[in-house]
Amino acid sequence: MSFLELKGLSKHYGNVVAVAECDLSVAKGEFVCLLGPSGCGKTTTLQMVAGFVQPTGGRILLDGADITDVKPNQRGLGIVFQSYALFPHMTVADNVAFGLEMQGVAVGERRKRVEATLELVHLGPMASRYPRELSGGQRQRVALARALAIQPPVLLLDEPMGALDAKLREEMQIELRALQHRVGVTTIMVTHDQAEAMTLADRVVLMNKGCIEQVGRPFEMYERPNGRFSSTFLGKANVFEATRAQSGAAVDVLGHTLPTSDVERIGALEYIVRPEKIEFAADASALIKGRVTARVFLGNHWLFQVETPLGTMQLTHANTGLPQAAEGDEVGLRWAPENARLVPRASAAGTAP
Amino acid sequence: MNRTPRLLLAFHWLFAAFMLAPLVMVALVSFTDKGYIAMPFDGASWRWYLAILKNDDFVDAFWRSLGLGATAATLATLLAVPAGMAIAWHRFPGREVVLGLLLSPLMVPHVVLGIALLRFLTQIGASGTMWGLTAAHTVLVLPYVLRLVVAAATGFDRTVAQAAESLGASAWTVFRRVELPLIVPGVAGGWLIAFINSFDELTMSIFVASAGTQTLPVKMYNHIANTIDPLLASISTVLILLTLVLMLVLDRFYGLDRVLAGKP
Amino acid sequence: MNPQRNWLPYWLTTPGVLMTLAFVALPLVITLSLSLYPFLPGGGVGDQMTLANYVDIARDDYFHVIFARTFGMAILVTLLCIVIGVPEAYVLSRLSERWRAVSIVIVLGPMLISVVVRTLGWAVLLGNEGVINKLLLVSGLVSEPVKMMFTFTGVVVALVHVLVPFMVLAVWASLQKLDATTEQAAQSLGAGFSTVLRRIVFPQVIPGVLSGGLIVFALAASAFATPAIIGGRRLKVVPTTIYDEFLGNLNWPLGAALAVVLVVIVLVVSMGMNRFVERRYKQVFQ
Repeated sequence: MSFLELKGLSKHYGNVVAVAECDLSVAKGEFVCLLGPSGCGKTTTLQMVAGFVQPTGGRILLDGADITDVKPNQRGLGIVFQSYALFPHMTVADNVAFGLEMQGVAVGERRKRVEATLELVHLGPMASRYPRELSGGQRQRVALARALAIQPPVLLLDEPMGALDAKLREEMQIELRALQHRVGVTTIMVTHDQAEAMTLADRVVLMNKGCIEQVGRPFEMYERPNGRFSSTFLGKANVFEATRAQSGAAVDVLGHTLPTSDVERIGALEYIVRPEKIEFAADASALIKGRVTARVFLGNHWLFQVETPLGTMQLTHANTGLPQAAEGDEVGLRWAPENARLVPRASAAGTAP
Repeated sequence: MNRTPRLLLAFHWLFAAFMLAPLVMVALVSFTDKGYIAMPFDGASWRWYLAILKNDDFVDAFWRSLGLGATAATLATLLAVPAGMAIAWHRFPGREVVLGLLLSPLMVPHVVLGIALLRFLTQIGASGTMWGLTAAHTVLVLPYVLRLVVAAATGFDRTVAQAAESLGASAWTVFRRVELPLIVPGVAGGWLIAFINSFDELTMSIFVASAGTQTLPVKMYNHIANTIDPLLASISTVLILLTLVLMLVLDRFYGLDRVLAGKP
Repeated sequence: MNPQRNWLPYWLTTPGVLMTLAFVALPLVITLSLSLYPFLPGGGVGDQMTLANYVDIARDDYFHVIFARTFGMAILVTLLCIVIGVPEAYVLSRLSERWRAVSIVIVLGPMLISVVVRTLGWAVLLGNEGVINKLLLVSGLVSEPVKMMFTFTGVVVALVHVLVPFMVLAVWASLQKLDATTEQAAQSLGAGFSTVLRRIVFPQVIPGVLSGGLIVFALAASAFATPAIIGGRRLKVVPTTIYDEFLGNLNWPLGAALAVVLVVIVLVVSMGMNRFVERRYKQVFQ
């Protein structure tokens, strides 16, 4: 059951296409992440939903009602801005109460709801402080509380973790997820951080150059990317061009025969293998041979760069002891057929098949 | 961001009209062919512009103001540049006091400065002299240059000077080849603003200037006190045009809003 | 912490400091002292220190009226500048680049033109034969010219014109520091345009309004040319009275005393307003 629907939403600035015809259905209570590099149109899409940018074409439907032409101060959506945009001249409590004030909620009721919302984000004792007295993480929570206090049908988050340091970001991500589950509000979040998207989202909407590349659950999107962009933006991947005229269990890549479980596909293709799916193979089971040109230690895993006839390949293996190869070693690599994906080669950005 | 409501825009253009009204008036009135100020008038002529050229007194006063302005601005700049750099780049005891002192003329009413300087100059026997007037104008416009120099110097990345030093440059070379060139826009803008302020200054000059050292604004004021005649309008229009030209120059150099606000 | 003090900043600032001490600080002190000597009837200054000049000012109704008029005018001018300067600064901050450049020239440019020229323009506009009266008569709104020259109102209007750019500048500076997304945040929470201006924008520019207000107040109270030209001989304010005493009656001590009182009142009012506003709105001041 679709709660928020974007139908053919687009935004053009003169000749520049910021967002091309965009279709998306968000279910009630779902947490969706708009993910992509800068300039992909994710923020513009969010701003159109919020009402601060007028779409060039398309409609936005909320619970069946068309809100495309509704002014931003009448949509009742909860928004957390990248800079938090807290009112510096008001206390935390007044900030959170502002939306309720605009709705005409009585003072007593307002106070109760503000207290409850602040408890939700664990900021109860900070109610009478001013934003400038708070840390970055606390300010973010105030922004969240302010948006949630009005009990919006949809919560919009614009890169809310951008200003936090790595450790804090991780903590906030977990907290945000828990909060969203508790409250059950339909949420759309914009981010450029793929790890964040995969941590938080029920579904990830991957965007590039104004178009939606792929939509799906994080695990699906990671294991079954639909093209070069999707596979290299979400995680790392080894991607090679391949062509075949007939279906089968193998495909020719630059003169080497490599296995795949995608037996049906033919035509101009991309052959994709993720680094963690590749193993060192000393014997004849090696699919390809090469030399290790770099080895990097990353704490919980090792990353290797191997020069092969196919080009530079990356592989990783978990840190379960000593590394299995050193720089300069001649090695063989292998991987299972089901870990090799075949996808159509994209000429320009395309939508998910 | 959504567009500004029409009401506010209308207010804005009304405000602009209000700001321009007196200046436009002056310019229009200057073209009358009558001997008195009347609006509207039927005949237009250059009569009152030609009259400027024939009026030696006003022409003298104009050149005097010009020279005074240039001198005061230059002296003020020579004093303000080293002071500004010291204030921007060094933390020294008394820094705040020095800054406050140098900026103080901004906060003293010109009428008070006028009588104070009149008394002071009389006591040292310099009243009615050009150099006394110049000294007065110099300290008056010094804050304008100082503000801009401090702003330019504060925004300046000191690590560039350190890089020059690490490459072997002496302190003087660093100043001459690295620091000075980078604050020049601030200095130039400051000079211009100082010049304009000195040229326009009236209230203090009324007290300090004498019959022999009358600046243009003082002469105009004294003339107005007797009668408001079209000659003043034509002179004013010329001044407005000259200021317009200067504004364009200032904007090219530095950006008009930065200069006027005294901020980087 | 280096034990050896760096003398360079002192060398660099000394010329300016000496100049300012000599031509600003010293003369002001001399003026203060001058105010404490009596004026001799035959001209000249007596040698006994006395508070006679101040007593004169305190007792004479003539001066009371002048001071009341001066500060009443200054307060009115300041309030008017706030009322029209704040919205103007707001509009300026929202204009597109091209219009903003033009508007800056129109709004701030007059600051670069001598006050004599600007006031002359108002004299032409406000006179009985002036443009405003001609328009009023022609449109039939009045049957005879409205007296605006040599009136309190005329002076106030002209002063507002001269001083409002300072207010616009100060408020604009404050607006630059404002996070524009707070306006959007307020909108997303349901606030209409005027509510956003009233509850979100204006409170955040209070520091600018205060700083602009203090500048305008001080300049209005000490304005000379505009009240002299538009107000004429009968509408005296403190600065024109100082002029009369100094250059007319040659009563320098009294003129000096008037100047001291003017400065003291302006200082007291400024500091008082500063403290009051900062205390009430302290969360907006860093």
